[in-house]
Amino acid sequence: MLRCESLTQVYQSGGRDLTVLEDITFQLEPGGFLAIVGPSGSGKTTLLGLLAGLDRPTRGSVHLDGQDLAGLDENERARLRGEKVGFVFQSFQLIPTLTALENVQVPLELRGDDPGPRGRELLTRVGLGDRTHHYPAQLSGGEQQRVALARAFSIRPKILFADEPTGNLDAKTGGTVIDLMAELNRESGTTLVLVTHDHDLASRARRTLRLADGRVVSDSAA
Amino acid sequence: MTGARFVWTMAWRETRASRRRLSLLIGAVAIGVAALVAINAFTDNLRVSIRDQARSLLGADLSFSSRRPLPDRVDALVDSLTCRTTEEPCGASARVVTFAAMGYVPRTEGTRLVRVEAVRGDYPFYGEIRTDPAGAWRRLQGDRQALVDPALLTTLGAAVGDTLALGTGRFVILGTVLNVPGDVGIGTAFGPRVFVPEEYLEETNLLRFGSRAQYTTYVRLDRGDAQPVADAYRPLLRGDRVSVRTVEESQRNLNESLSRLGRYLGLVALIALLLGGLGVASAVHVFIRQKLDTIAVLRCLGATARQVFAIYLVQAAALGLIGSAIGVVLGLGIQLLIPQIVRDFLPVDVRVTPSWGAIWAGLGVGTWVALIFALRPLLAIRGISPLEALRRPYEEAARAPRDLLRPLAAVALALSVAALAILQAESVSQGLGFTAAIGIAVGVLWLASLGLIRGVRRWFPSRFPYVWRQGLANLYRPANQTVTVVLALGFGAYLLGTLYLLQHNLLRDLRIDAAPTRPNILLFDIQPDQRDGLLAEFTVAGHTPTPFVPIVPMRISEVEGRPVFGPAAGDSAAPGQRRGGWAFRREYRSTYRDTLVRSERLVAGDWWDPAVPRDPGAPAPVSAEASVAEELGVGVGDEIVWDVQGVPVRTRVASLREVDWARFETNFYFVFPSGVLEAAPQIFVTLSRIDDPGARAQFQRRLVERYPNVTALDLSLVQQALDRIIGHVVLAVRFMAIFSLATGAVVLIGAVATSRFQRIREAVLLKTLGATSDQVARVVLAEYLALGVLACAAGLLLAIGAAWALTRFVFESSFAVPALQLLGLSGAIVLLTVLVGLWNSTEVFRKTPLEVLRAEE
Repeated sequence: MLRCESLTQVYQSGGRDLTVLEDITFQLEPGGFLAIVGPSGSGKTTLLGLLAGLDRPTRGSVHLDGQDLAGLDENERARLRGEKVGFVFQSFQLIPTLTALENVQVPLELRGDDPGPRGRELLTRVGLGDRTHHYPAQLSGGEQQRVALARAFSIRPKILFADEPTGNLDAKTGGTVIDLMAELNRESGTTLVLVTHDHDLASRARRTLRLADGRVVSDSAA
Repeated sequence: MTGARFVWTMAWRETRASRRRLSLLIGAVAIGVAALVAINAFTDNLRVSIRDQARSLLGADLSFSSRRPLPDRVDALVDSLTCRTTEEPCGASARVVTFAAMGYVPRTEGTRLVRVEAVRGDYPFYGEIRTDPAGAWRRLQGDRQALVDPALLTTLGAAVGDTLALGTGRFVILGTVLNVPGDVGIGTAFGPRVFVPEEYLEETNLLRFGSRAQYTTYVRLDRGDAQPVADAYRPLLRGDRVSVRTVEESQRNLNESLSRLGRYLGLVALIALLLGGLGVASAVHVFIRQKLDTIAVLRCLGATARQVFAIYLVQAAALGLIGSAIGVVLGLGIQLLIPQIVRDFLPVDVRVTPSWGAIWAGLGVGTWVALIFALRPLLAIRGISPLEALRRPYEEAARAPRDLLRPLAAVALALSVAALAILQAESVSQGLGFTAAIGIAVGVLWLASLGLIRGVRRWFPSRFPYVWRQGLANLYRPANQTVTVVLALGFGAYLLGTLYLLQHNLLRDLRIDAAPTRPNILLFDIQPDQRDGLLAEFTVAGHTPTPFVPIVPMRISEVEGRPVFGPAAGDSAAPGQRRGGWAFRREYRSTYRDTLVRSERLVAGDWWDPAVPRDPGAPAPVSAEASVAEELGVGVGDEIVWDVQGVPVRTRVASLREVDWARFETNFYFVFPSGVLEAAPQIFVTLSRIDDPGARAQFQRRLVERYPNVTALDLSLVQQALDRIIGHVVLAVRFMAIFSLATGAVVLIGAVATSRFQRIREAVLLKTLGATSDQVARVVLAEYLALGVLACAAGLLLAIGAAWALTRFVFESSFAVPALQLLGLSGAIVLLTVLVGLWNSTEVFRKTPLEVLRAEE
């Protein structure tokens, strides 16, 4: 489902090369559940961005669902995301001008699909069936993250990337969100890749990749 | 749902959080469009009205006019054109003699310089002269009666039924003239009109030698077209100094001059729209920065850069379209006001109807301006990476590469401005000049605001009270709009300032003449035998006139041996036949003296020495005014032969003079030495100063009684007339310039609204740290005071530069800065800025910290 080889990312910072990721290689089967952990600055988020095709690596390659991301241009990668990839962010990143329902429907609308009842179903599924017309500012953090989750699953993604999905939530709310993610993973067979600090969360993954200073220091599957 | 529909839906949804701000941008566009639509629709209306009323502009199909009684051949021509000698007339003719004279009402003892129009026949043939009482025009002929402008009754304290004396003639005032077709209201500024029947003109004894009168015969043609007649006879009649006019020509001339007025006003309106565009650009710039997260998320969710760009581009276009639509509606309302403002220039009744051309153009131009100004800041969207939704850890590295489209968008913007200006000015050179002027003004204002930001940052004394430092620091906060606000307000100040300075300086020349040592009354048409008597009048009244200045009417018959009109009438190569050969055809009123006067300066050649005897056979030396010499193509040493009342006089140009015509003095194109013209028929003028207006009026009354043919021109009347004319022009332009200032205010409000949340957060922080509402208010005050003062100072400095250049090079007059009045204007603009700023920030300093924190949650 996801395969990366010798992935290296170097940024220019203050005129010097800063190697954020170095020679990362691993692959993940469909339906897998991977947690990427590591201290701050270890390159977790950068890795996530590269895996999802949000950025281009300095070296190495990423294959997502059999497609080499290096062979795709900006727009093709955007289309690939729109069809196969779901996202959950630490700070929810709902669009403030859209209602909960509209936020969930955006990916469908982007594909040109008729949203139909799916948005409402998903919101009901995450327990927000009665809040479809609320704006993000009218929802609590946990509620916002559940909307984000519903949005991520709206297109039935093959793979879901989550960046510290519980980072801004209290433990209880975070737990609910994780339960939901795990359930959706089971039900639809979506591959999950998440970056986290949270040990509880990481422990629920079937595989854990530990980063430090831009390198893989341990891989539970290895 | 298709991709396009997604773009439209998102564009709509994305307006939700910022409708207030967007409505301000809509307002900024709407004001400019309103001004543009109003003036363009009005110009269209004017063209249609002129076309519809063209025949009544002239009142006839054809007219012949001259400074002398029309020669017999014109009468013969008119007779044949109207088949007068045949059984069946095929037209009609009417005569009007127009001249200036003193009107005097014995009952009230009021005198006033008037414009007499002595009418014979059924004039006007087209259009109607409306009178009070109605129908009085038709009863005018056949008796000694007059119809007058209502203004004359007011100034003379007279009433209908009073007797009006014109020279030695007596006329009963029959009523007032309300409207003469083709007449411009401002035309009566120098003298109210008096209409009398021409058959009693003789009784006035006013038209003596040297009087300036205009003799016109109007012709109605029942068969055939007037234009071929005019084209055929014009060259033949030029030699007789008879000018021929047709309806078509009057219409064309009028269209040209009024369209020019419309085009200039349109350019001023365009500035308002461009300022609105500037407001859009600035707001979009800030807006995009606030939308970074949304844009990055959309990109993560699979939207292409192009789709996201399209969302906001559609928004900008829609905003422009809505603003333009509102502007069109407003413009149609304002259109009703414009005829009121320029009424005194209009020779036709303008029927106000919506002009579809102006409406569509307004919609198109407004939308385009919003789009093209939004384009460059919107391009930044293309560089926003989806990665920014995750975090922005390496901003420097993540920065998008330079987008080549951005300079292209800037070029497109500049080209659009130039194209709009060229379209509005209907002239490439004027459009480009206008664009360049705007470019310079924008450049100066931009530098001024950058200078302010940098200067405050670097040099503002740290010892100043905290509220001032904080307020001024706000000028360079992130996402500040200092430059935009200074540009928008500064431009308004610049326009209004330039207009004010021009008006002030143009009128100042005459004001200087009102100084106590300068003459303030001019007497002309004095016959030689009246000189002694007049001098005695002055002496009795205790006033001193200047020496009597002789005036000899003459015409040019040859220049450098070349006859002005060829040996055969209608020689098309002769200089007098040329279009614009007016300098060759006109009547010159020259004088003779041996010294230069104060308003003259020798620029070439030598002044003659009166002590040196001249060879009687040689041509007499004359001094020519420089500009007329240029028109005649003569220089020092060239020979001119004059026709002085039938006597040829040979002269040689001895010198060229520059003349300050703006002085209230007797100035001449040609000055002869003494000893040449003394024997020629001549009249005299003199000037004097009579300070007390009562004494001046009384003196004029005595003159009217004893010397009815002598005309007195009161400087204060000239002053009033000029004030009125310039005042009207300025009012029209100022009316349009106000739109720019209004747009500036809206842009300012928009700028305040854009940073509202940031301000509220800051204010809350300050309050949490112990600041009082009062202190927070003073921070805001300091910020807007600085903005207002800077915008004003930069705008007015520009205005001084522009007005100086215009006064100096276009109006060729001296320039002074009325500091006090400019300070007043500045005060008003600064006050406006501060009030708008404070009014929009009330929320910021009224709310308690807790309230805001809750609302922000």
